Amino acid sequence: MTGQNANGARQATAAPDPQVPAIELRGISKAFGPVQANKDISMRVMPGTIHGIIGENGAGKSTLMSILYGFYKADAGEIMISGRPTLIPDSQAAIAAGIGMVFQHFKLVENFTVLENIILGVEGGGLLRPSLAKARAALKSLAEEYELNVDPDAVIEDIGVGQQQRVEILKALYRQADILILDEPTGVLTPAEADHLFRILRNLRDEGKTIILITHKLREIMEITDTVSVMRRGEMTATVKTAETSPEQLAELMVGRKVLLRVEKAPATPGKPVLEVENLRVVDAAGVERLRGVSLNIRAGEVLGLAGVAGNGQSELLEVLGGMMPATGQVLLNGQPIPLSGPHADGQSRRAAGIAHVPEDRQRKGLIMDYAAWENSVFGYHRDPAIGRGPLMRNAAILEHAEQQMQRFDVRPPNPRLAAKNFSGGNQQKVVLAREIERGPDLLLIGQPTRGVDIGAIEFIHQQIIALRDAGKAILLVSVELDEIMALSDRIAVIFDGRIMGEVPADQATAQELGLMMAGVATGKAA
Amino acid sequence: MDLLTVLQVLDSTVRLATPLLLACLAGMFSERAGIFDIGLEGKMLAAAFFSAAIAAVTGSVWIGLGAGILASLSLSGLHGLASITFRGNQLISGVAINFLAAGLTVLIAQSWFQQGGRTPALLSGGRFGPITLPGAEALREVPVLGPIYYELISGHSILVYVAFACVPLTWWILYRTRFGLRLRAVGENPEAVDTAGISVIRLRYAAVLICGLLCGIAGAYLATALQAGFVQDMTAGRGYIALAALIFAKWRPLQALYATLLFGFLQAIALRYQNLDLGFFTLPVQAMDALPYILTVVILAGFIGKAVPPRAGGEPYVKER
Repeated sequence: MTGQNANGARQATAAPDPQVPAIELRGISKAFGPVQANKDISMRVMPGTIHGIIGENGAGKSTLMSILYGFYKADAGEIMISGRPTLIPDSQAAIAAGIGMVFQHFKLVENFTVLENIILGVEGGGLLRPSLAKARAALKSLAEEYELNVDPDAVIEDIGVGQQQRVEILKALYRQADILILDEPTGVLTPAEADHLFRILRNLRDEGKTIILITHKLREIMEITDTVSVMRRGEMTATVKTAETSPEQLAELMVGRKVLLRVEKAPATPGKPVLEVENLRVVDAAGVERLRGVSLNIRAGEVLGLAGVAGNGQSELLEVLGGMMPATGQVLLNGQPIPLSGPHADGQSRRAAGIAHVPEDRQRKGLIMDYAAWENSVFGYHRDPAIGRGPLMRNAAILEHAEQQMQRFDVRPPNPRLAAKNFSGGNQQKVVLAREIERGPDLLLIGQPTRGVDIGAIEFIHQQIIALRDAGKAILLVSVELDEIMALSDRIAVIFDGRIMGEVPADQATAQELGLMMAGVATGKAA
Repeated sequence: MDLLTVLQVLDSTVRLATPLLLACLAGMFSERAGIFDIGLEGKMLAAAFFSAAIAAVTGSVWIGLGAGILASLSLSGLHGLASITFRGNQLISGVAINFLAAGLTVLIAQSWFQQGGRTPALLSGGRFGPITLPGAEALREVPVLGPIYYELISGHSILVYVAFACVPLTWWILYRTRFGLRLRAVGENPEAVDTAGISVIRLRYAAVLICGLLCGIAGAYLATALQAGFVQDMTAGRGYIALAALIFAKWRPLQALYATLLFGFLQAIALRYQNLDLGFFTLPVQAMDALPYILTVVILAGFIGKAVPPRAGGEPYVKER
């Protein structure tokens, strides 16, 4: 793209000197009130490399990158870009310095076309027509160069997240970025999309771009980075060559203690059937059939993992069983039918019947973000006499109970008066999980248990799920993380396009076989 | 009904639709940028009063128009300050502006002119007179087209033509210029605008001030063209009807023209047929007067299909964390 300067955002620089760091941070500190988010951080990122930054949620990775992108002003410290001290007071300055950022939550205008999103801010003139034409040409050459194919006239809300992410990368490249920062880029991607992203990133590196990859997934760090920096509690604890480290060492550096990366569990001892689902069908508001006759069963003391690419009906299945969506068909809990529509098909009745539900979207369906943790700790169980008498709530008792619960589940900070939104993703999940499994449900529905959850908390959550199984409960686990499904499940079912493609015992399952079924290819063991 | 009657009703439709159209476009600029503006009514009212008052005092309708626009712009600035700078609730700020305008106009009018909260009736120099378009007189006798040109198209005040010209202009600004692209973007996803290095605050102020400008023209039109002077509450809910028209039009300029013409037509019918005789039943004047408002309710109740407002509408922009 050198030479096709987008709106003169910046003159293309000469080839970078491989000995001079593309980015050098010296003594960066940043505090938010009493919280020291970044403490005296120094880091060098060499040009033409992929540099990983790993750390738990709240370790200060995003703050550091936001300082680099001009969102925050550092309290102290210096930023050098290609050896020159550079002030970055706002995003405009970051763009001018050749820094592009792909945020975890895309910053795209949903009802604009790809092209319109790309030129936003670098239109290069008062009228749109010439800007769009110029961008279209540039996009074509970028697409050829880096395998970044997107339809320039597609509207953002009509394309998948993988493509949306490519638009974000294209936006940065169109702004002549030499340094690309990606914040948790694979969180929303399927495994195939993530592979494609990594191919793109390697291409970009080979073309001389510098890439900073922020993630909490060790596997990605090991797979794609050249160098990795570890952050913990606002400090940079180590920078090592990826080839010279191991996932175990990184995990220990991240968490500050030894971490079990595998889930340890004994073989399951399944008992009587707890959940029997027969021919479940759901038609959504748009008239599309989302579940097309799903049948499955789960026995006491086993985890059934439901694998599948997001959007194939697993969310609907969880919501139907959780009482949040009407359906037709038959569902038996401990041999008794439960209503699938009507006034008693709601979350509270389900909980009263012994079905607990940790929803996939915990921030919207599992918690009320503005409410305190203690208030969140009783939703769905608020009719319990220990919690409320008639219209009145026993607030003091709930508060005390919530505090104990938070300590047992290692929620940090263990302050029940703090609003849910002020906890990290992992701690929010612990609040939900504590509420749902505390009363010993017969069946636990759990969706994306560790999405956006840091590694220390993942270990804890996985242990809780296995402990519940060993206590003789039935668990339906839905996750888009195939690793997680394979690690936790006793049996694995694969859902595709609203149907169960097949079912395999977890100890005989291979990622290849599951991947085929997830793509809609029936294998020998299809149900 | 003969052609002349039809033309007169349509002519009246155009006159009555004009303030609605201006206010509706004003709201479009503001809401497309993500600032809900329930204060269209108050801004129009303030502009109506100040334009009439200044026109009465100076004898110049143009100075009056300027004063009206200035009044409306100040209220816009206030709305901007409350909802953009201080991130207040946009609905509450809008309601406050409506109250402020309703009270202040009458209070100032009374202490200034002592005519019971009115301004003196404006004489010809203090009003926008009709403009006879070239050739209108000559073509008047041509069958059908002549009367249409003379009665319907010619003979309006300059502000009517301004209002109608604003429709393609708004469309062009919104969909063909850089400013329009950014304005629409900031109403949909201000974060996208912010990370692209554009000031969300400046864009939103620009939108709110354009809104003030158009409301100012709308208000001045009411007091110095449609009528000859200011009377208490003379906007009569037009700001709210304009908002309904905006939803009806799904925040698009050409559709805003149609929507406001429809409302203008209903007002024109109500004005002409005070008691509509349906043969077996006479619809009383109150029912006729209520028609535009009833339609507003019907529209807002969602009889128009899905109207998706700008996604970031009503939300003050706060940078993450």
